[in-house]
Amino acid sequence: MKKYILSLLLAMGLVAGASASEGGIVWDKFPTDKLTDMAALQHGAKLFVNYCLNCHSASYMRYNRMRNLGLTEAEIEKNLMFASDKVGDTMNVTLDPTQAKAWFGGVPPDLTLIARSRAAVGKGSGADYLYTYLRSYYRDDTKATGWNNLAFPSVGMPHVMWELQGQRAAKFSEAPDPHDPTKTVHQFAGFEQLTPGSMDALEYDDAVADLVGFLQWMGEPSQGQRVRLGVWVLLFLAVFTIIAWRLNAAYWKDIK
Amino acid sequence: MAEFTQVSADAPIATKFMNWVDNRFPATKLFKEHMSEYYAPKNFNFWYVFGSLAMLVLAIQIVTGIFLTMHYKPDAALAFASVEYIMRDVPWGWLMRYMHSTGASAFFIVVYLHIFRGLLYGSYRKPRELVWILGCVIFLCMMAEAFFGYLLPWGQMSYWGAQVIVNLFAAVPFIGEELALLIRGDYVVGDATLNRFFAFHVIVVPLVLLGVVVLHIIALHQVGSNNPDGVEIKAKKDAKGVPLDGIPFHPYYTVHDIYAVSVFLLLFAAVIFFAPEFGGYFLEYNNFIPADSMKTPAHIAPVWYFTPYYSMLRATNDQMINVLAVMIALAAALGVLKGRFGVGGKLAVLVGALVTVALLKTFDAKFWGVVVMGGAVIILFFLPWLDHSPVKSIRYRPSWHRYVYGVFVFFFLVLGYLGAQAPSDIGNYVSQVGTLLYFGFFLLMPWWSSLGKFKPVPERVNFAAH
Repeated sequence: MKKYILSLLLAMGLVAGASASEGGIVWDKFPTDKLTDMAALQHGAKLFVNYCLNCHSASYMRYNRMRNLGLTEAEIEKNLMFASDKVGDTMNVTLDPTQAKAWFGGVPPDLTLIARSRAAVGKGSGADYLYTYLRSYYRDDTKATGWNNLAFPSVGMPHVMWELQGQRAAKFSEAPDPHDPTKTVHQFAGFEQLTPGSMDALEYDDAVADLVGFLQWMGEPSQGQRVRLGVWVLLFLAVFTIIAWRLNAAYWKDIK
Repeated sequence: MAEFTQVSADAPIATKFMNWVDNRFPATKLFKEHMSEYYAPKNFNFWYVFGSLAMLVLAIQIVTGIFLTMHYKPDAALAFASVEYIMRDVPWGWLMRYMHSTGASAFFIVVYLHIFRGLLYGSYRKPRELVWILGCVIFLCMMAEAFFGYLLPWGQMSYWGAQVIVNLFAAVPFIGEELALLIRGDYVVGDATLNRFFAFHVIVVPLVLLGVVVLHIIALHQVGSNNPDGVEIKAKKDAKGVPLDGIPFHPYYTVHDIYAVSVFLLLFAAVIFFAPEFGGYFLEYNNFIPADSMKTPAHIAPVWYFTPYYSMLRATNDQMINVLAVMIALAAALGVLKGRFGVGGKLAVLVGALVTVALLKTFDAKFWGVVVMGGAVIILFFLPWLDHSPVKSIRYRPSWHRYVYGVFVFFFLVLGYLGAQAPSDIGNYVSQVGTLLYFGFFLLMPWWSSLGKFKPVPERVNFAAH
């Protein structure tokens, strides 16, 4: 039956190959208070241009939009622009796609909308995913880059922030399969710190949260304005609804 | 031709102006016919606001659509970036875009409720058959409009959704491949497809849609509105020819609709400003990834308003074809044994059933899935002639009819839910049951709608003063 449906879907061009990006682990909750913390967002921007914006582009995002994070154009040009000299430019990178394919097995995706596109119904927001993903790297010598990830198994990207977090190994245990007693399942049983990073675990989590906060903001820079304006719009409409309700009643009292 | 009317020289300037206009264009006449002297039943309830709301949403879609068109680029290489440009760099572009994307879903919500109102109160019955049929045409136009528009952001879901739907046309026997090629303008969905879909979305379909909306309203104003009691208010008129239970649309229903509009806008704005993605149902997360013809998403689902029909499509597999064949055979046997046909008639039933079963087994199940999906919408057109109940409104039908409607609505929602999920065995069985119930509701309506004890319909409408 399953086979049949699958072939039907294949015939319709629905499924060409399961995406490898679906990890089975539960996502941690991204601390959303980072989104209203300007210092955290600025720190996130700094991490982003230093660690991400070498291979990944953010080609719909203009440098000078970071003025919304409380920065001046001079500050942006001085501290956050390494790949361009025009503050109105979008965040492009000069990574050669052919080389990228040779190094990572694929072109690193554009990150402008990464926080919006990685959300999943029933699993959490894109920020939750990214916050989990960037904290789930572990050493795995069977992989070409020497790194693997619990949230994104067999990921193409090595652990770029390993100097901050240090190197970790993942421990696995064999547990009985609850659905089939004759089998066992490979179960994650915690990380083991191999070498220390420049940050401790809490500092690293906080830094990743700042970075993810920035990614979330970059996905929709007007989101703060949208919510603030929305409050006023709803207040206006609430008052208008009361007036419309009474106006309606005033007209309809004639109808017997 | 009407005579030129004169007003006295010392009349107010406004009177003179309207007289000047009315001598050249029937402005006052039209306003009277459609607003101030269009008599609508006074007992409209909550369900009667959705027609006006649908027109409001149509206006929102047109206005926001115009502004989006000013910055959008219908070009496979530029489309995705131009939408992000609108979201980021165009002043208030994000608001226009969210109004348009939320408006698409809102349009379907209010129209589904509007259609359901028609079902509840028998608004499709004589003499309103054409109002109903024109409404069904509007619904088809909306579906086309939504389908064409969904490709334009050129995200992954846009691209693969269009790919799937266009491939459905390829299932049509004999001409399918050429038909799909004609729609796409290419062998895969590409720049040519995007350009023609843009043309259809911004000019062809809206033009037809607007025209049919006008016809829908003209037809409605010709026969007059139905009401929750299903009583014809024109049957009882006063000395001036005004229906006793009728009140002028303007001001009573305009002010009523302003109230409804403000409540609607409250909900609409809440979505736009606080949840424009609506949990991935109004804007799908995958659609924030640019279209990539080399990377098929693991799970492709249409937007929520198409999912009931999509479920029916998926439910129609070989197993379902066998069920359908058996049902047709049983129906034919029943017709031959019990039907009041002559020998020729019985022979025709038998031959018809044989041919249908043969066709079912000849063509691919996928093709019949497309037929089922299309048929689910087309069958609505025949509703005025399928309903044999002696009364219009659900209020005066046997109480158990409510359960029939309840089951129908429940399974329609279940089909909608399943259409958004990845296929599963259980889900597929439930979809098959849902599909059979959906069609059973309509095809068996001539039978069940006349069964039971009907309640007496009052002479005049029920109305409690507010």
